[in-house]
Amino acid sequence: MVELVEYIAKSLVDHPESVTVNQVEGEQSIILELKVDPEDMGKVIGKQGRIAKAIRTVVKAAAAKDGKRVVVEII
Amino acid sequence: MKWVEKQAKTVEEAVEMALRELKIKKEQAEIEVLEEGNRGILGFLSRAARVKVMVKDNPGEKAFEFVKGIAKHFNLEPKIRLQEENDTIKIDFEGKNVGVLIGKHGSTLDAIQYLTSLVANRGVENHKRIILDAENYRRKREEALEKLAKNMAKKVKETKKSIVLEPMLPNERRIIHTALQGDSMVNTRSIGEEPHRRVIISLK
Repeated sequence: MVELVEYIAKSLVDHPESVTVNQVEGEQSIILELKVDPEDMGKVIGKQGRIAKAIRTVVKAAAAKDGKRVVVEII
Repeated sequence: MKWVEKQAKTVEEAVEMALRELKIKKEQAEIEVLEEGNRGILGFLSRAARVKVMVKDNPGEKAFEFVKGIAKHFNLEPKIRLQEENDTIKIDFEGKNVGVLIGKHGSTLDAIQYLTSLVANRGVENHKRIILDAENYRRKREEALEKLAKNMAKKVKETKKSIVLEPMLPNERRIIHTALQGDSMVNTRSIGEEPHRRVIISLK
C-alpha cells in the first residue's frame, strides 16, 4: 500500500522527490502517513479535500483486496 | 503550455538544463533553438546558446501511463483501451478481476477517474475530460438506473405516494432526473446531504 500512495502522490505533485510515505501499524488498521513538500499540500488535498478523498478511496479499495483496513493521513 | 528558457554554452547543455527543470524526457518536449551559440575564438566573441523548451501536450499518454500504474498496484494486468475524441479521453479496463477497480456504485472508478484527469491535465491548457470505465460498468449502470427510474415512477403514479430512492452519487442522481424529465406526471428532486443524498420521486 505504501507504494500505491507514493505512486499517486508523486504523479500529482511538483516536487515528487519530497514525497514520503510512512507506515504505522495500528491495532486494527494500518496508518499510512503521507508527507509532501509544503508547496504541494494543495495538490494532494484539493478543494474541500476532494483529492485526499479520492486517494483514500483508491487505497481503501486496494487494501480491501488483501482484507486490510488502511487509513491515509496527510501530515 | 508550460515552458522554460535556458542559456548555456551549447544548445545541448541548455536543453539538458531545461529538461531537468521541467522534469520531463526529451520525447515529451518541444524544443525551439533561439540562439545557436558560438564558441568564438579563444573565448573571444563567444555567444551563449539559448533554447526554449516546452512540455508537449499529451494528456492521453499521461492518462494511459497513470492508469496502467494504478492497475499494477492492484496486481491487475487488464487490457486498457484508450480512445481520444475531441476533448474527451475514454479509457476502458477489460479483463479478470477489474471489478475491484469499480467499487461500490462505481466509487473507486470515480476516484481513479478524478485522479487521472488531474494527472493527465497537469500543465495543459486545454483540459480534456477523462471517462474511465471497466467492463462497460457505466453503460450497464446507466441502463439499470433508467429502468429503476421508470419503474419507480410507475409505482408513484399507481399509489399516488412519493418514493425515496437509496443514496446515490451525483452523476447517478443526474441519470434518474434526466430519465424522468420528460414524464409529465411526476417530478424529481434530491434531498439530504452528501454522501447520503437521495432522489425523491413524487406526483406533480
